[in-house]
Amino acid sequence: MTQVNRLTGGLINRSATLSFRFDGISYQGYAGDTLASALLANGVRLMGRSFKYHRPRGVLTAGSEEPNALVELRTGGRQEPNTRATVAELYDGFVAHSQNRWPSLEHDFMAINDRFSNFLSAGFYYKTFMWPRAFWEKLYEPIIRKAAGLGSLTGEADPDVYDKGFLHCDLLVIGAGPSGLAAALTAGRAGVQVIIADEDFRLGGRLLAETGGLSERSGVEWVEQTQAELSSLPNVRVMRRTTVFGSYDHGVYGAVERNADHLTAPEAGKPRQTSWRIYSKRALVATGAIERPIGFENNDRPGVMLAGATRAYVNRYAASPARSVVVFANNDDAHQTARDLMAKGVEVPAVVDIRPDAPALEGAEVLAGAQIVDTKGRLGLTSVTVRLANGQIRVIACGALAMSGGWNPNLGLTCHQRGRPVWNEDIHAFVPGQGLPPGQSVAGAAMGEMSTHAALTGGAAKALEALSDLGITAPPAQLPKAEDTPVSLTPFWHVSGAKRAWLDFQNDVTVKDVKLAHQENFTAVEHLKRYTTLGMATDQGKTSNVGALAVMAELTGKSIPNTGTTIFRPPYTPISMGALAGRAVGKEFHPTRLTPSHKWAEEQGAVFVEVGNWLRAQWFPQKGETHWRQSVDREVLATRSSVGICDVTTLGKIDVQGADAAEFLNKVYANGFAKLPVNKVRYGLMLREDGFAYDDGTAARLAEDHFVVTTTTANAVLVYRNMEFARQCLWPDLDVQLISTTEAWAQYAVAGPYARRLLQKIVDPAFDISNEAFPFMGCAEITVCGGCRARLFRISFSGELAYEIAVPTRYGDALMREMMAAGEEFDVTPYGTEALGVMRIEKGHAAGNELNGTTTALNLGLGRMVSTKKECIGNVLSRREGMNGRDALNLVGLRPVDASKPLPAGGHLMATTGPVDAAHDQGYVTSAAYSPTLESAIGLGFVQSGFERMGEQMRLVNPLEQQDVLVEIVSPHFVDPKGEKLRA
Amino acid sequence: MHKLKPITPLGGDTARLDQIGTLSITEVVGQALASITAREGQLGQMQEALALPLPGVGKSSAQGDFSAFWIGPDQWMISADHDQHELLAAELKQMVGDAASVVEQSDGWCRFDVSGAALCDLFERLSNVPVRAMARGEVIRGTIEHLGAFLWRLADDHMAVIAPRSSAASLHHALVAVARSVA
Repeated sequence: MTQVNRLTGGLINRSATLSFRFDGISYQGYAGDTLASALLANGVRLMGRSFKYHRPRGVLTAGSEEPNALVELRTGGRQEPNTRATVAELYDGFVAHSQNRWPSLEHDFMAINDRFSNFLSAGFYYKTFMWPRAFWEKLYEPIIRKAAGLGSLTGEADPDVYDKGFLHCDLLVIGAGPSGLAAALTAGRAGVQVIIADEDFRLGGRLLAETGGLSERSGVEWVEQTQAELSSLPNVRVMRRTTVFGSYDHGVYGAVERNADHLTAPEAGKPRQTSWRIYSKRALVATGAIERPIGFENNDRPGVMLAGATRAYVNRYAASPARSVVVFANNDDAHQTARDLMAKGVEVPAVVDIRPDAPALEGAEVLAGAQIVDTKGRLGLTSVTVRLANGQIRVIACGALAMSGGWNPNLGLTCHQRGRPVWNEDIHAFVPGQGLPPGQSVAGAAMGEMSTHAALTGGAAKALEALSDLGITAPPAQLPKAEDTPVSLTPFWHVSGAKRAWLDFQNDVTVKDVKLAHQENFTAVEHLKRYTTLGMATDQGKTSNVGALAVMAELTGKSIPNTGTTIFRPPYTPISMGALAGRAVGKEFHPTRLTPSHKWAEEQGAVFVEVGNWLRAQWFPQKGETHWRQSVDREVLATRSSVGICDVTTLGKIDVQGADAAEFLNKVYANGFAKLPVNKVRYGLMLREDGFAYDDGTAARLAEDHFVVTTTTANAVLVYRNMEFARQCLWPDLDVQLISTTEAWAQYAVAGPYARRLLQKIVDPAFDISNEAFPFMGCAEITVCGGCRARLFRISFSGELAYEIAVPTRYGDALMREMMAAGEEFDVTPYGTEALGVMRIEKGHAAGNELNGTTTALNLGLGRMVSTKKECIGNVLSRREGMNGRDALNLVGLRPVDASKPLPAGGHLMATTGPVDAAHDQGYVTSAAYSPTLESAIGLGFVQSGFERMGEQMRLVNPLEQQDVLVEIVSPHFVDPKGEKLRA
Repeated sequence: MHKLKPITPLGGDTARLDQIGTLSITEVVGQALASITAREGQLGQMQEALALPLPGVGKSSAQGDFSAFWIGPDQWMISADHDQHELLAAELKQMVGDAASVVEQSDGWCRFDVSGAALCDLFERLSNVPVRAMARGEVIRGTIEHLGAFLWRLADDHMAVIAPRSSAASLHHALVAVARSVA
């Protein structure tokens, strides 16, 4: 197909012909085209179907405010739904499809909805699908879900990468029209850091769409000269294809830069889009204005578009929607559209102006005081029906209609922090009011300064103000002379009597719907929005909101400002999920932490488990093992019978030093630490201020003024943070210094009857680690493997004779290999977190399951640890009566009476007889495992007065899973209750 | 000499080097680190004993074998060649005695040195630290890829990133991915 509506001139590169496909048909356009302009040039007006009624639609606008021409761009994993054809930059090989239609754009089966529009009016969901009640879930909702939505995704993974980043500037200029460029030039010349961002791929804003000159040059020439100067300034960053989508606290703005959407595909490794967080000291909103349509019968046919957009297509893209275009307006500005059309040889049969005193126009008939009352043309406009000032009806044949109801300043970013705009009677539109985000100002058409002259001078003046705020005085930039026509407009929102007169084209909201909302008392703007869906979806009502407010104002008899606007929220235009995710996709969603033995464990075929960000070996499957339980049982039995090794580096380690280190720990732990001898370790319990237990671990005293505190893996950061708070805020006079050393030391638990014999082969002979010289709960700084500095702690989580040995992390891998080699003669076994868990349950040691934020030291059986002889965090509130009753929960062990039965973790404990319900709940199971040592399931749990109920039987129930097991309350210390092994 | 063979934070036997376009990303393993914190009221004694100029907030300094950067109130990180000063913490403790608390930090961190003209393009995609405004010698603690990290501007085209060792692979992935994006 040839480009039948391609005009002369324009800012397109005719030497760069581009081929593209829309709905399977091939077309040609030029570099500089958008999909919309190229389709119009090719004589295609029909580009989409409306959301609800599936009405045929063409472009309404030439920018990001477009409500109609939404397409699916690209194919496969790169397919992007709901892309506005008006901002989709054409490239060679570009492919797009129409959406929300079946089977084709011309013949859409769902257009039947339009016939039933009387039934599908505003609020029909709420009224129609109420009855019968049971139908909602099974019938109505699935149907609605199927019918709802616009474009579709393919379900394939997006192959492209996205990036994100952070920028800093003194002045952020949002919008590169005349006011934005004048501002950037002024600030850029003053030497401050400037970012100027525009969503378009070309700077210039309306200057690209208008024919008026600036001094002796064309607007485009001035833009190019200005762009060249800005680009030459090292302190100015010009960001095209960048939409500033939101204004946030402290001068932070969100922006998305489309790096490769204008290319067939991004280069390998390069991002498709980058989302930026821009930290600005000052920001200038120069986002221009958006034209508003007029409501009249059937004003949504393909070919009906805004007058300013028509001008943009004609002047910038050299594309006309048709060869014959009628203009319909209430203002002088739209007359320029007629002039520009005629200058390009497009016929203008009439300018229909609602104003009885509309000015005359050379070359076109002006029908003053007339209104368009209807249109014809199923898939594209063929004629408009005009009611003349004298009441006569005239039908005028045309292929397009350029309408204008005036312009609304583009306010979004000025209102993202709840700023309320104010009504300006001069231009009959909302303009920014008080309460702009701190540091933000507004210039140009966004401020209601509608002439080019006002935009240029306003932009420069606001830049000078921003500079002055930053303490910089600078001269204003020399600006060219430009038109300074005042706005001449008679407010006019819709043709009286029109029913199916569209206000919101995207959501199919008509004047009639607003009337219905009013009739049903949904008159508040936020109610109007929800009831009719006005201003929702991808365009957020950019072209529709003010028109609908005006209709509601008419109906309620209030003024438009008293009717008010809905809240503006980010994002200003839709943002892809990819841009929000940036690089954080797949396994890179969050950083991982690897233990020092990770590489070695991978070589052993370990199965890893995520513990926070850590990857820990969960178990080490051996040949022939087909179930994890086989591996875990083997690891437990081997450790208990010989020796096992487990990487415990993930436990938090906090280095505590200072003359008052012992006193400090004495205040942080519930139990006493002041008298802990050097070279000894003590188990410690930490309480929250409210007296509940929150973490446990050990503290090893390496010197009088030096401790190493260990925490649980999960609470490593929390404990450090709390200790820092205590140091800085609670007891700032104590001489204590803290720093984390979790990462600095590789630490391994070596457990089992042969642990000492294994370590004696590793620890240098100068250090005696015999039971006598290095008893249970001893610690020391030693050397291993011929002189490597190390720390040795004789502590045990498993209940076995056990040690934890630490070396600088870089030697952790080698130490693991050395210990495995040294332990070969004892059949040493590496064990993972699962075996670790089984052994600590067998030993009755509490872990995160038991320290679950609701339990006290008393509950845990550690009540006597909470010292009454000193003050420490939590000890006062731990004495509350309610936390110390005789019926308090106590940590107990549980065994099934029938050893073949499993114990369901999370199950609740009830009396053997009586009801099973919450009112008779006596406790719950926190940890459960199969104990290969006892050849039975075992568990830990909390039972009311549990310490006094040893030997009692209870029902362990889980009604959700129909589980009901008879259990016996036993000591939680299933293995070696007297602790003889660990002292051996 | 003991027989334990070290591995790098990325798990290699030798430091990793990636050259991506004009950017080079080098895993640095030859630096020992130790934190030093003045004890209550003993900042003067500590500084005197240390004989190393200690920099102010956000700054670094160097003298002889040692360099230092500020990491907190009355707290600095000291850096020196690992081969020469593997026992850096012990050396420093010897100097300052009870005037300061010294903690070995060599293996708490990984370090990548990034050099090339596109340095700022890379780091502004990784961190909200205002890297373009960082002068030579400045050190800022910020966040990269959810990790707390120090950025140390060593020269106009040279930045050191010091971050938790266990996450070296994640940090390295981010550095390389962004380098490809901007190279």
